[in-house]
Amino acid sequence: MSELLKNTIRFVLFILVQVFILFKMPPLHRFITPYLYFLFILWLPFSLSRAALTLIGFFYGLCLDYFTMTPGLHAAACTLIAYVRPFVIGLLISQEGADKNYMSPSIVSMGWAPYATYVVVLTLLHHCYLVLLEWLSFGSLMYFLGKVIASTAVSLLLILLTELLFFRKQKFRTNTI
Amino acid sequence: MRNVFLFIRRHFNFLFFLVLQIVALSFLFRYNRFHEAAFLNVSTAVTGRINEHYNDIEYYFQLKKTNDALVRENLRLRQQLKENYEGPDSAQRIISDTIKVDSGRSILKYKILEAKVINNTTSLQNNYLTIHRGFAQGVRPNMGVVGPQGIVGSVVNVSENFAIVMSMLHRNFGLVARLKKGGETGTIDWDGVSPLYVNFRGITKSAKIAVGDTIITTQTSSLFPANLMIGTVHDIVPDNTSNFYVLKIKPATNFFNIEYAYVIDNLQYNEQKRLEDSTRKKIQ
Repeated sequence: MSELLKNTIRFVLFILVQVFILFKMPPLHRFITPYLYFLFILWLPFSLSRAALTLIGFFYGLCLDYFTMTPGLHAAACTLIAYVRPFVIGLLISQEGADKNYMSPSIVSMGWAPYATYVVVLTLLHHCYLVLLEWLSFGSLMYFLGKVIASTAVSLLLILLTELLFFRKQKFRTNTI
Repeated sequence: MRNVFLFIRRHFNFLFFLVLQIVALSFLFRYNRFHEAAFLNVSTAVTGRINEHYNDIEYYFQLKKTNDALVRENLRLRQQLKENYEGPDSAQRIISDTIKVDSGRSILKYKILEAKVINNTTSLQNNYLTIHRGFAQGVRPNMGVVGPQGIVGSVVNVSENFAIVMSMLHRNFGLVARLKKGGETGTIDWDGVSPLYVNFRGITKSAKIAVGDTIITTQTSSLFPANLMIGTVHDIVPDNTSNFYVLKIKPATNFFNIEYAYVIDNLQYNEQKRLEDSTRKKIQ
């Protein structure tokens, strides 16, 4: 399956899962909103340019906004993590040339610890920005801190489950540089 | 000038990022103030179809609960039939029935339109419902929406075949309501804490309230007919800084499995509004 097709399917699936499963769940607590959809951005290939990543992030977020009737909220957060992503990868990548030899960020291509750090940093960033924007219109500091921490914890759990259930095989590609 | 272009080329990625951020944020904050109609219109056209397909499936799993709710509603309405009320024939005076149900199109105030709920959220801070009945079927913005058990919300936007309803679980929702027992009026709003409860503010501490009291709509709200069920008092929170209670209300509507709703069209609203507006102009 080509990488473009694979990512298009992921795009649709992640939005549908977020809108029709995770948002439909009976709420556990006011602080907990289970977010998983932004994993799509974390899984995008290394080879995309920075501008393309930012643009994809923007439109991806906007698509979700069309379902939740919050124009711009998720788009702003997705644009931010899509823009920051290359910097984080640049800092964390340990194997020499891993971003050339592998297709996209994963446990295989980056290693356990760097990949976990990458996910945690971007999840935290996404939630901080998203809740901050919500908080500007209403809420208190307790709400902000509580929601960021609780939602991040739930998101990380969901990401871990997704990574274990849908293990992505990564081919090692030589002679592609 | 050359330096400007050089600057843009060097920092293209960052500037591009900034532009997209500004676009997203302007969407967000302008929307909060004016309820951008354009966005919702496009969004219902795109997402309406998907929601409809999803609802076809989900609806099947809710059939039992939906049926129960409708039967209970029928029961309540049947109980109100005039045939159920019959006293011994001892009346001394002639009672003329003033409700001209059949011939009285001119005095009909509220027309009720049924609608299927095809999308609904409860876990966000601003929740909306999508109903499958739009402009072509007579829905207009600012109409009230009730469910089989009680108040649901009000219509904020319509497209050709769909309409968006601001749920009671929305930060901007506000509705005048009153206590059934004492008649004190206050306002309903939602603080985003729990989708199970809404707040009822503005009841003075002199009012007699008990847990379980019923809150109903008033005739001063132009959206809903009077005496529709909103919810029951779940908890009484005395606000020490003011003379008013904040009551936690358990809404009668179960927002988690609502499948059908009724849109309420106030046929006399335009006339009332015209009069009120013209008065305001005259006084100024």
